[in-house]
Amino acid sequence: MTTKTPTIGSIRNESRRLLEQWWREMAAADHAGRPTAYVFVMGSLGELLRAFDLPVNCPEITSLQTAVRGASLQYLQAAEDSGYSPDICGYVKADVGLHLKDRQHPNGRIPKPALVIATNMCNTYVKWAEIWEQMYGCPVFVLDLPAWRGTRAGAGADGEALRNDRRYVEAQLRDLIALCEDLTGTAFDIDRLREAMAQVNRMAASYHAVLALNQHRPAPFSAIREGITFQGISNLYRGSPEGTRFFELAREEIQDRIRLGMGTLEEKYRLLLAGTTCYAALKRFAEMFEQWGGVFVHSTYMVFAGGGFAPGFAYDLARPIESLAETLLLSAWRGWSMPMFYAQDWLAETVREWSVDGICFHGVKSCRTTSTGLPDVREWLRTRCDIPGLFIQSDLVDPRLWSDAQLKNRIDAFIESLAGRRATAGR
Amino acid sequence: MLVAGVDVGSTQTKAVVMDDTRIVGRALLDTGARLHEAAAAAFREALLAAGAREADVACIVGTGYGRFRVQFGHAQVTEISCHARGAVYLFPRTRSVLDIGGQDTKAIRVSETGQVLDFCMNDKCSAGTGRFLGAASQALEIPLSELGPLALRSKNPVTMTTTCTVFAESEILGWLARGRRIEDVLMGVHVAIASRSLSLLRRVGVEPEVTFTGGVARNVAMVRLLEELTGSPVNVSEESHYCGAIGAALYALDRALVGAQAATVAAEAVDGGRGA
Repeated sequence: MTTKTPTIGSIRNESRRLLEQWWREMAAADHAGRPTAYVFVMGSLGELLRAFDLPVNCPEITSLQTAVRGASLQYLQAAEDSGYSPDICGYVKADVGLHLKDRQHPNGRIPKPALVIATNMCNTYVKWAEIWEQMYGCPVFVLDLPAWRGTRAGAGADGEALRNDRRYVEAQLRDLIALCEDLTGTAFDIDRLREAMAQVNRMAASYHAVLALNQHRPAPFSAIREGITFQGISNLYRGSPEGTRFFELAREEIQDRIRLGMGTLEEKYRLLLAGTTCYAALKRFAEMFEQWGGVFVHSTYMVFAGGGFAPGFAYDLARPIESLAETLLLSAWRGWSMPMFYAQDWLAETVREWSVDGICFHGVKSCRTTSTGLPDVREWLRTRCDIPGLFIQSDLVDPRLWSDAQLKNRIDAFIESLAGRRATAGR
Repeated sequence: MLVAGVDVGSTQTKAVVMDDTRIVGRALLDTGARLHEAAAAAFREALLAAGAREADVACIVGTGYGRFRVQFGHAQVTEISCHARGAVYLFPRTRSVLDIGGQDTKAIRVSETGQVLDFCMNDKCSAGTGRFLGAASQALEIPLSELGPLALRSKNPVTMTTTCTVFAESEILGWLARGRRIEDVLMGVHVAIASRSLSLLRRVGVEPEVTFTGGVARNVAMVRLLEELTGSPVNVSEESHYCGAIGAALYALDRALVGAQAATVAAEAVDGGRGA
């Protein structure tokens, strides 16, 4: 009888290796002057770019990494010194600062963009892309996703509206393919796209399984501490065998953690994060909850910025371009509805399935797009579903918008209210 | 049983000593920069008023921003929980609490036992808090205690447009420069704070009775405005300023009673062991 070797430590080691490798690839592309595509995490089309061997840079990720490394302020200030308002998205300013500082990131040097792909899934993407266009004269391909169809997520996900929209997006994808052929001098090979999409299918299945494993008590991982790693790998290695393998490994390790009784530290309260965390104080943010046994078991960000993988996500490999167009549309529907206006259904369902005690709604001061609807959703869930919610604010990457005493006070009070609620229920 | 609550707020420190659920001593001091000293001084003063010694106090709970600086305390509880508990102590039918303090405004929905069901606080800055009135007091050189009565004389209040406490000072001076009466400018300031506070209350759900706590509860114009805006009477107590400290003292009483009960159980167990 053979005993399976536990995989504990694989996530940490493999993610570190992959991220270091990605930075080496960025430096090599910069050094060799190799054309590189800049893309955004929502609608990155990494699988399509992989068919052209185009290295991919995700500026949202490099921006948040400046904050995780404790270096975002110098980049933000460089952008503000050149006239960018303090109210503008922190990701944009950290990135602009990076370019003003000769693209020198704390983790290495990033190459210039040779192509930018921006969707309309975030209303900042297009203006952000125009900054690079002005700086480097690179082409900006804006993919228009007519994603808003009624007042509910998925409304219109069938019938004539979807068919028309799919044809519209498919035509845009064919234009993008022609642009990539011009840029790289490589003829488009649909089988390479199919191969990358097959990898995405496998990655999505494992990614989903990983999230679902956190329904276990105690949660085997923190959705904000390790969640950030999962998001990074799912975007940077989308469509690659290494990315797929990583999530298969992650799934195995998390299954092993459950089997071995390992998990997050003391778990007293299971929490759900609506919005993003603050990367400028990532550890502190987690600690403020963890000191009371509060563990984040899921987050909206892991869904809408983790590759757009919804349950049942699968490309139809028999019709790759059509399927890519269709999936982009469905991701856009989710991206629009979940974080901004109609998040309540998904949150209520996640509260039930992940046995969540309370939701932390984290508003981002420099991002009204993801923050505007949060107080309304909080109120809806409180009044209709009796789900406790905490609303706090800081920022993605700007340490000047982190007010430790204010945040601690609110978090402590929220945990006290959860404790009181539990005590009352136990009477 | 004597217990105490010490509320180290951003501008003032309050201490209350209670004999079970009866207030027997209280003190109020400016916080200043040395939080620990402010906490200790307020506690000493409250003890003096109660005619008690520190050794007589079974449990002390710290609250407020400086709660972790109440180094002689046995536990810390946030002022959100303490104001909820204190408000229900002062007015048992309280279901909504509005606390306007020096830097914070809190809207709290509470259960009949004083448990926090939901709360919201001012998010971005100190706009709409007691500091806004402080800025008006400074700009107009009128003591805080006179602001409310003077504002009530207003017949044609101005509309304050700024949400920034610092910029409010220049807006106040701007209105005066345009010839508006002091009471009209002051009422404009009060309306700005009251409407922002009510917006917070609405976010947790305004359920009667509403109890108004914190230092600003002593301002008569603010009380009247809140009553007009909510369309119902608002509870205000002479002890409103001490509400957080009262709540902290009640949490201290909980702990002391549990401790006393545990001690009794332990003693019985020891006696039982001897008997056996």
